[in-house]
Parts: sequence; structure tokens; C-alpha cells
Amino acid sequence: MTSYPKVLLQNRKPDRIATIDEYRESGGYTALTESLGKVPSADVRQTIQNAVLLGRGGAAFPAGMKMSTVPEDAPFPRYLVCNADEMEPGTFKDRVLIHADPHQLIEGMVLTASGVQAEKGIVFIRPEYESAARILEREVGIARDAGFVGKDILGSGFDFHIDVHRSGGRYICGEVTAQLNALEGRRPNPRKPPPFPTVKGLWDRPTLVNNVETLCCVPHILKNGADWFKHLALTETGAGTKLYCVSGKVNTPGCFELPMGVPLREIVETHAGGMRSGGTFKACLPGGASTGFLPKEHFDIDMDFEGLKAVGNRLGTAAIMVFDESTCLVRVTCNLIDFFARESCGWCTPCREGIPYIKDLLWRIENGQGEVAYLDMIDRMARHLWNAYCAFAPGAAAPVQSLLEYYRDELMAHIEGGSCPFDK
Amino acid sequence: MLPEELQDKLEHDIAAVDHPKELAVDVMFALQDHYGYLTDEAVETAAGLLGIAPVEIEELATFYTFVYREPVGKYVIHVCDSLLCMLDGSETIEAHLHQKLGIGAGETTGDDLFTLLPVCCIGYCDRAPAILINRKVYGPLTVESLDAIIDRLRADKD
Ligand SMILES: Cc1cc2nc3c(=O)[nH]c(=O)nc-3n(C[C@H](O)[C@H](O)[C@H](O)COP(=O)(O)O)c2cc1C
Ligand code: SF4
Ligand code: FES
Repeated sequence: MTSYPKVLLQNRKPDRIATIDEYRESGGYTALTESLGKVPSADVRQTIQNAVLLGRGGAAFPAGMKMSTVPEDAPFPRYLVCNADEMEPGTFKDRVLIHADPHQLIEGMVLTASGVQAEKGIVFIRPEYESAARILEREVGIARDAGFVGKDILGSGFDFHIDVHRSGGRYICGEVTAQLNALEGRRPNPRKPPPFPTVKGLWDRPTLVNNVETLCCVPHILKNGADWFKHLALTETGAGTKLYCVSGKVNTPGCFELPMGVPLREIVETHAGGMRSGGTFKACLPGGASTGFLPKEHFDIDMDFEGLKAVGNRLGTAAIMVFDESTCLVRVTCNLIDFFARESCGWCTPCREGIPYIKDLLWRIENGQGEVAYLDMIDRMARHLWNAYCAFAPGAAAPVQSLLEYYRDELMAHIEGGSCPFDK
Repeated sequence: MLPEELQDKLEHDIAAVDHPKELAVDVMFALQDHYGYLTDEAVETAAGLLGIAPVEIEELATFYTFVYREPVGKYVIHVCDSLLCMLDGSETIEAHLHQKLGIGAGETTGDDLFTLLPVCCIGYCDRAPAILINRKVYGPLTVESLDAIIDRLRADKD
């Protein structure tokens, strides 16, 4: 097996978290020691931008650029929110990161905050990750005792505090603007920008929201430089390493840190132990439930943001859910659409009405009561989902539209045969 | 009425933050732990503590998966029925729980020990099929390992 450098998971252990001492032995907190109070915040932002760190929460927005959208003269206090909601089905990398090496995230938050002069940090975490929330609370305390968090960090004059905020649990809380409402104790429906959160976010103050994995990359970039980070990737277009969560019909599901741009075939056949029970690869969802099916002709694709964009798909959260020839993709889509129907926040009509409509028709097809006319009805409604208030509904449309595009035969087999051809 | 200790702790926590409302979920969780679920009285109490209208608490309580406005058992079992767990047999797990506990989804056993709630992906897809019991994860499950877990919790109650 090709072995690649480990960055984010270099201190991962099978049964316990890395301590602050272990993190420091691996070079942790050196970036913080060397840059806080010494490197101007504009340089911190520029280095992140040069590294082409793209947001790991699903939308792939350039992290350095987002930092630069906090206006120079913006009021204080400014906030940095770490998005640890991680409710995208198939995605569990943020949980792995927090359980493996919590100080990496803490250092990443302090450094990122220093780039925008934020003094208040909040980790927004889903209730299913109670153990991760407790780990963070404890380790933030340890970092504070060591002088890395809190008032006047290492005598630099920079203050930064970190609190852990437990969510009440809903998928939409992962969406930035909904998350801000949740943090303010409001019902977490999304808000439509402008104003953008980096201008007017939490309590009307500038608020930078980043994913756990994005923040974990930051100490390494500042310590080793932007070029080093870019060269970690296997592709020209990629940068850094990436945590790929592989699940479904593979022998060894798990979270693997690999260079950005590693081919899908290698991820499945080598790192995830190959297809389960000798099955053959049929398709995968390459980046969570909100991405489309990637059919087998793309089995050799390079897994980076550009590579997937080029074939009309998205890397999303890089949660790769693998299906074999025995998997009914209509049934898979029914499950996904059930998820979206349950988790819709109900704020806008295209989503609230459109998703249950598709769900009903798709289940009829799966149950052998489908009609050919349903396909156009589903297609039309899926296109309406793009007019919804937030990105949730287009996410729901992605698997549905790709099912229609690539697996019409499979849908037709259900309709014509009057039952699911995969039920034996 | 809340015990003085809990009342003091919540008042103290609220006084320590810039905006009381940011603690709405924490306060709901604390009261839910105390009463067993978020009772009507708890909604009023939470609103009073946070200085907001009860309807603002209700807006949140009816939104979140982990806030219970009806009584639940001592152990709340969240069964993941999202994609990866489904592919690995969550339907069998759920059916087995129905049969073993004699309850359907959303119901509580007669001895108030178990409540069964289907939920979306709990972020342990590498351990599918997975469930949470009082927020602690179990998986990958088989019918046998599930039986052992439930039997142990049942025995623990005495
Ligand atoms: C419905 C929905 C759910 C989302 N859930 C998450 C999530 O759980 N975690 C996350 O980091 N980003 C999530 N996002 C993306 C965020 O809106 C946002 O892009 C991200 O947190 C920004 O961080 P990044 O730039 O570091 O990726 C979600 C977006 C949508 C539309
Ligand atoms: S698209 Fe769905 S989740 Fe987003 S605002 Fe509309 S109803 Fe809510
Ligand atoms: S699908 Fe069940 S834990 Fe993710």
C-alpha cells in the first residue's frame, strides 16, 4: 500500500485521545508560539489564502478569502464559530478529529481567530457527540492552564476564549445562518444574506464560521508554509490532505487521511479494503447525502473539488458511500429523501412541499406501484427545489436528479416489473 | 419548583453570559434532566429564568430532536435509520427492538424504562448499524449484541 504523510491524523491512536504533551511533541503549538503577537493578522490571512485551503464543511469556499471578508474596521467583539454539527449522512470525520487530537483544533481556532482579531470562540456541536463535547471542554481547560487560550495568550496581548455550545439536534443547524440563529437561542431557520455573517453575524457582530477540519489544517499551514500544504495534494488543483469517510459496501469502512486528489479506485480498493463479499463497484455518493450518484465509469476519478466539479458532481464533505451491483439505488434514494423530508426546517414551500412529493412518488416506484409519468413529475419537482430559500433543498435534489440521469433503466425496471428487482 | 441548588446553578450560568438566550438549549436540557422531560412547568420555568416568553421556549422545544415535550423512559434509544445503517440492517434492529420491548416508534415501555425514537444519521456510519442509548453509541450491532445490551440495562434497574 502506498503510504502517504499523515498530517491531521498523525497523532491518532486506536483507543484514546492524544494528550497536550503528545500534541506538542509532534510540533503542536509551535505555530501559535511563533506567530501570535509577531505575525500581523493580514499575513496570517494571506498564508491561508496562498495555501488554497478550501472549506471542508461541504461548500469548498476558500478559507483565506472568507477571513478577508471581515472588514478591517469591523466592530468588536468578533466571533469565530467552529462548526462541529456534522449531520451530513455518511460524514464522521469531525468526530474522528476531535477524538484523535483535540489540541490541533484548539490551536487552529486560536490561530484562525488571530487572523480576524476575534476574541470569542464557540464550538457548535451536535448532541450525538456528547463525548466529543466533554473532551473539548476538558482540553480547552488544559490549554488555558498552559497559556494557549484565554487572556493575553503567551503574553502576546491577544485574548481568545473558547466555549462549547451543545445543539438541540437538527441537520439544518449545520448551515451557517441557521447555526447563528441557533446560537442566539432563536428557532434555527436559515437567514438569507446579505448581511453576510463575516460582516454581521452573531449578535450583529462579525462572525467567521469554519468547519472542524478546515480549522485543523491551519496550524500546519502556518507552521510549514503554503507551498508545503499545496504539495501535499496529488493533483495540481488540490491542496492539503483530506479526510475521506468511506462507508457502505466496502470491507473496512472508516475515516482515512489521504492526499487531496487521490483516485477513487485507490480509496476503495486499497484503503477501504476493497468491495465487500467480492461485489463490484456500481456507484457511490462522493461527498455526503447532498451530492449526486457518481457512476462506475468515473471509478478512476481524482477525488478533489475540481475533479468532481468537472463531471458535474461535488466533493462535498468527502463522505464516500459505496454501492455494489446488489444495491438498489432507488431504495437508496428513498432513504435519502426520507432523511431530507424529516430534517427540512419547513421554512419555505419548495422544500417543505416538494420533498414529501418526491418522496411519495419515489416510494411508489420502489414498491412496484410506479408509473412512467412519475419520472417527469419527479424531475420537475426536483428542479423546483433549486428555488428554495437555502442550500438544503438543492442538496436533496442532487441524488434524485442523478438517479434520473444515470439510472433511468433501474427506475424503469421497477415500474415495468411492478416490484423492486433487487428484492429476492 | 426547582431544587434550590439547580435554580442557583442555572441563575449563576445565565448571569455569566452576555446574552441569556444563548443558553436556551442548555437550560432546556437541564430542566429536562430534572423533570424527566420538558414539562409545561419546565417551559414556564425556562422562560422565567431566561427572561423571555414561554412561546419562545416552545419554538425551540418543538424544533429540536433531543428536547422531549412528552414523558420518556429512563433510557432513550435513538435508532439510526439513515442510509449506511439501513444498508447494514437497521430495519432488522428496529424490528427486533419493537418485538423485544413490545413498543413501536415513539413509544415508551410500561415500566418507563425504554423509549424508542428513530433518528437520522448519528455520525457513526463506520459502526453501522448503530444506535444511541442516552447519547452513548453502540455499534456495529447484531441482534445478539443488542439483546445483551438491553438485558443488561434491564438488570441494572434493580
Ligand atoms: C443543510 C446544510 C447543512 C450543513 N451542515 C454542515 C455541518 O454539519 N458542518 C459544516 O462544517 N458545514 C455544514 N454546512 C456548510 C456550512 O453552511 C458552511 O459552508 C461551513 O460550515 C463553512 O465552513 P468551511 O468554509 O470551513 O467549510 C452545511 C450546509 C448546509 C446547506
Ligand atoms: S430549503 Fe428547506 S431547510 Fe432551507 S429554508 Fe427552505 S425549508 Fe428550510
Ligand atoms: S447512517 Fe447510521 S450512523 Fe450514519
